[in-house]
Amino acid sequence: MMKFLVSLFLGLSLMVTVAHAQNQPLRIEITEGVIEPLPFAVPNFVPDSGAASELADDLARVVAADLSGTGLFREIPASAYISQVTGFDDPIKFADWKAINAQALVTGAVNVSGNRVTVRFRVWDVFSDKEMEPGMQFSGTRDGWRRMAHKVADAVYSRITGEGGYFDSRVVYVSESGPKNQRRKRLAIMDYDGHNVQYLTDSSAIVLAPRFSPTGDRVLYTSYESGFPRIHVLDVGQVQRRVLESAEGTMSFAPRFSPDGQTVVYSLSQGGNTDLYTMNIASGQAQRLTSTPSIETAPSYSPDGQQIVFESDRSGTPQLYVMSASGGEAKRISFGQGRYGTPVWSPRGDLIAFTKQNKGRFHIGVMRTDGSEERLLTASFLDEGPSWSPNGRVIMFTRETRGENGRSSLYTVDISGRNLRPVRTPDGGSDPAWSPLQK
Amino acid sequence: MNLLSKISMAVALVAMAACTNNSALDDTNAVNLGGSAGTGSAADPSSPAYFQQAVGDRVLFEVDQSTLNDAARATLLAQANWLLENTDFAATIEGHADEQGTREYNLALGARRANAAREFLISRGVAGSRLKVVSYGKERPIEICSEEACYANNRRAVTVLAGGLTG
Repeated sequence: MMKFLVSLFLGLSLMVTVAHAQNQPLRIEITEGVIEPLPFAVPNFVPDSGAASELADDLARVVAADLSGTGLFREIPASAYISQVTGFDDPIKFADWKAINAQALVTGAVNVSGNRVTVRFRVWDVFSDKEMEPGMQFSGTRDGWRRMAHKVADAVYSRITGEGGYFDSRVVYVSESGPKNQRRKRLAIMDYDGHNVQYLTDSSAIVLAPRFSPTGDRVLYTSYESGFPRIHVLDVGQVQRRVLESAEGTMSFAPRFSPDGQTVVYSLSQGGNTDLYTMNIASGQAQRLTSTPSIETAPSYSPDGQQIVFESDRSGTPQLYVMSASGGEAKRISFGQGRYGTPVWSPRGDLIAFTKQNKGRFHIGVMRTDGSEERLLTASFLDEGPSWSPNGRVIMFTRETRGENGRSSLYTVDISGRNLRPVRTPDGGSDPAWSPLQK
Repeated sequence: MNLLSKISMAVALVAMAACTNNSALDDTNAVNLGGSAGTGSAADPSSPAYFQQAVGDRVLFEVDQSTLNDAARATLLAQANWLLENTDFAATIEGHADEQGTREYNLALGARRANAAREFLISRGVAGSRLKVVSYGKERPIEICSEEACYANNRRAVTVLAGGLTG
């Protein structure tokens, strides 16, 4: 237990400081240090008409929830406000916002014209008495209002942290219902925050481990529709799907796209032995990458497409290995105690997230791509299957509770090990895959 | 090969052990080497129910293992003999894992287990064309507690009969 606590504390070493002295620009440096969430205010946006007023409130609430959800920001409640923002172009009363210690202020205006919604917003550095970069605006249809709020929040996050955001993104996952021994699974897709859930398959066949294409328009997943596990590719917009052909007597699973979206790397089992293969999606041409009697599975490409990290039990227990994307010699990178699986290369290329099983517990962890600086971010009866946020700062994963009533649900955790949060889904959820930022 | 020598040793052991080993899950203690009438709960010895209950349709594995222990080999020998008698049937062998382990690894482990059972049946003369394998990994536990008592029964390979030869 002590050892576990120590490793968790080590995991906390990567943290956030608010670098904001009186005369310096507002900035959160996501670096090592002590976290003190940055206080901000998002007054309800200013509606241009009665028709826009409810939307104006809702938009501001989603922006605030996105920012607060990162753990890097703390919202100051409206009840503490001294001044109200009643006109988008009215001068900001900086003294009133300084008095309640709102370091960042987000103001917005909403125009509704028929089904068309336009959102304008500005981000203010309160203690510098000025706007952070010019304001922006987004337009769209009314039913896409949450996306507009996420885009505003992404812009605010980027301006203050200097890093890309992740709020205007989607998650494809496996929706689960029913008891453990009769679990029904179907593919679902939702916004990153659990809203706008849509189902992509029914639950007539087991479906597993969906993965987005690099552009987010297609999803690879494993389905038992034929009675055997086979990889399917689904067009998200059209909800059309097709099976990637594989030979009779084989099983294929654990697919992932290459960064160019042309190739899928996956596991194929034949005669009890599981190895890694690639297949060109357009031509169906397959290439074998490994030929060993051990299990090779859970492959994931580096962002440059040059390397593959995967899981193999060739040493006797499951461990992580890196090899060239065309196969060949593999280098073991995991050397800690326990069993390692489901490695996933971060979108920044700097880290590999993984599942670790040790002493009867499961962890989500990260390590550098050479295996150094391992940090465990979570611990529970069963955590598995990490997926990276588009900016490489947050990991979503599956947590399953123990026992007869065991249930799977989705969680997120910051790569510092902070800010562990459940993601609300209508039913149980597993195998999340985070999309890239939407265009 | 390694596997073949293991199997031939296994066969020798099974020949001695067959009379005392039962199938892993069933209360019935019948292992029917000859394929003639046995003492199973299903009256018709050529019925799938008899295969399931009297012969024993499943074998169990140790944690992380896909090697067949004595009890597993005895059950599979009885299965082989039944399949040799009842040639109208094909079978799909389902490999399963307990919930300890990642989804992907357990799929591969289930494939190993199903294949170990299939190889044994083939070594006893059952045509490979009658035997398919599928792995369910940890997707289909039969027992749902998170204790070894349940895990032990979930780490299994189950021979599921299909009524007649397919493909």
